[in-house]
Amino acid sequence: MSNAKSLRCRECHREYPLAALHVCEFCFGPLEVAYDYDAIRRSVSRTTVANGPASLWRYRDFLPCDPDAAVDIGAGFTPLIHARNLGKALGLRRLYIKNDTVNPTWSFKDRVVAVASTRARELGFTRLACASTGNLANSVSAHAAAAAMEAVVFIPHDLEANKVLGSSVYGPTLVKVRGNYDAVNRLCAELAGAYGWAFVNVNVRPYYSEGSKTLGFEVAEQLGWRAPDHCVVPIASGSLFVKIRKGLDELAQAGLIDEPKTRMSGAQAAGCSPVATAWAEGSMNFRPQRPNTIAKSLAIGNPADGYYSLVQLRDTDGACASVTDDEIVAGMKLLAETEGVFAETAGGVTVASLRQLTAAGHIQPDELTVAFITGAGFKTVEPLEGALRPALEIDPTVESFQDAYRTLQPTEAVA
Amino acid sequence: MAVRRVRFTFPQELIKEPIIYLLGHEFRVVTNVRMADVDETTGWVVLELQGDAAEIDRSLAWAQARGVRIDPVIGDVLEG
Repeated sequence: MSNAKSLRCRECHREYPLAALHVCEFCFGPLEVAYDYDAIRRSVSRTTVANGPASLWRYRDFLPCDPDAAVDIGAGFTPLIHARNLGKALGLRRLYIKNDTVNPTWSFKDRVVAVASTRARELGFTRLACASTGNLANSVSAHAAAAAMEAVVFIPHDLEANKVLGSSVYGPTLVKVRGNYDAVNRLCAELAGAYGWAFVNVNVRPYYSEGSKTLGFEVAEQLGWRAPDHCVVPIASGSLFVKIRKGLDELAQAGLIDEPKTRMSGAQAAGCSPVATAWAEGSMNFRPQRPNTIAKSLAIGNPADGYYSLVQLRDTDGACASVTDDEIVAGMKLLAETEGVFAETAGGVTVASLRQLTAAGHIQPDELTVAFITGAGFKTVEPLEGALRPALEIDPTVESFQDAYRTLQPTEAVA
Repeated sequence: MAVRRVRFTFPQELIKEPIIYLLGHEFRVVTNVRMADVDETTGWVVLELQGDAAEIDRSLAWAQARGVRIDPVIGDVLEG
């Protein structure tokens, strides 16, 4: 049994049944799950959560599907690391990294797809579908396999081999679409309307997006049941950014933490920065962009939650950074070299944005700040080619090693 | 009869042009504005278009050729 009671339009607040619907028929506003918060308050406590599984399903009371029938491949409850070295490099004394690279398919998308696939199966769907350039496709393929559902995954025809493999290993029907980003996007929007399948980020999007709340739940629990002072979150569609804060608000509503005063700041790549651009211009209207960035997992030029992201930036006294491709690569390296976390390009965007926002005075050195690292680095190795320290190549002799090592550290005495 | 929901985004130089009126005259397509926000520098309109599917496609190609950006109402479907 779930505590969800209806779908509700975020614009006009009309209510709809808990079906596979995503847009209000009257105003075209997006639909969101509404809950019976009295029931949640009655059933949940810090103890019930602590006694739950070490996965996102420990927050079952806050999710819109029956947890006893969960499609569970172990998503969630990822480490929160006190990033002392990175904090020192950036001038932040209380910096934490939420390391979502360690999810089953190595990105935070496992959270949203876990919820979407569970709800889709409950609603009677037998096919799970998506259009993706990487992480989402991997996660949909894996969850469909575990749920014994058919996966139909649409990808651009020129996707890198590793990303294709990360989906195809799970045995989905993989469809390569010839055409540019806009053409693929348009076709998939049309297909989502034409086929009665569960397109995870289209017709079951209200359920799908709820999975992102679990990042907010986990961070609060891992901090000892308190909200952070400041969150820095990469913005693609904007859903993750908005839902992390919703998670914190719901914990307060359930009486598990004090009312959050968390400032929410966003991170975007300069090559796809509709939200950061609007924010810099002081506008609440973003203009869609054509993405051109190495941070492909953030390359959403027309973000579904772009407007709500701008509202949240304004309402929480946040700020939004945009960083260049070179800064992204430097951010990936800095995170790896200081904290031992190898993140994909989106993680580089977050770290580079942390640096930018701190330098500009938007993040204070003593704020308890959490940066969200959403995907693993092995998915996007191409931007690092030529940017890393080369290996020493030696003959199998001690002398050869000493010669090579001495060239790296000429002042250090070598035995 | 097909129904298509789209979002038009107008660049500044097209703000004063009666694009939607002209589209309704040039093509056998019924235009229904459902949401909009237009100011002096930019603007977007969410439209419901009703007509023959091929005629809707032609009307969208015409608007695009005039400089209007056309997106699905639900935002980008292709995710990372």
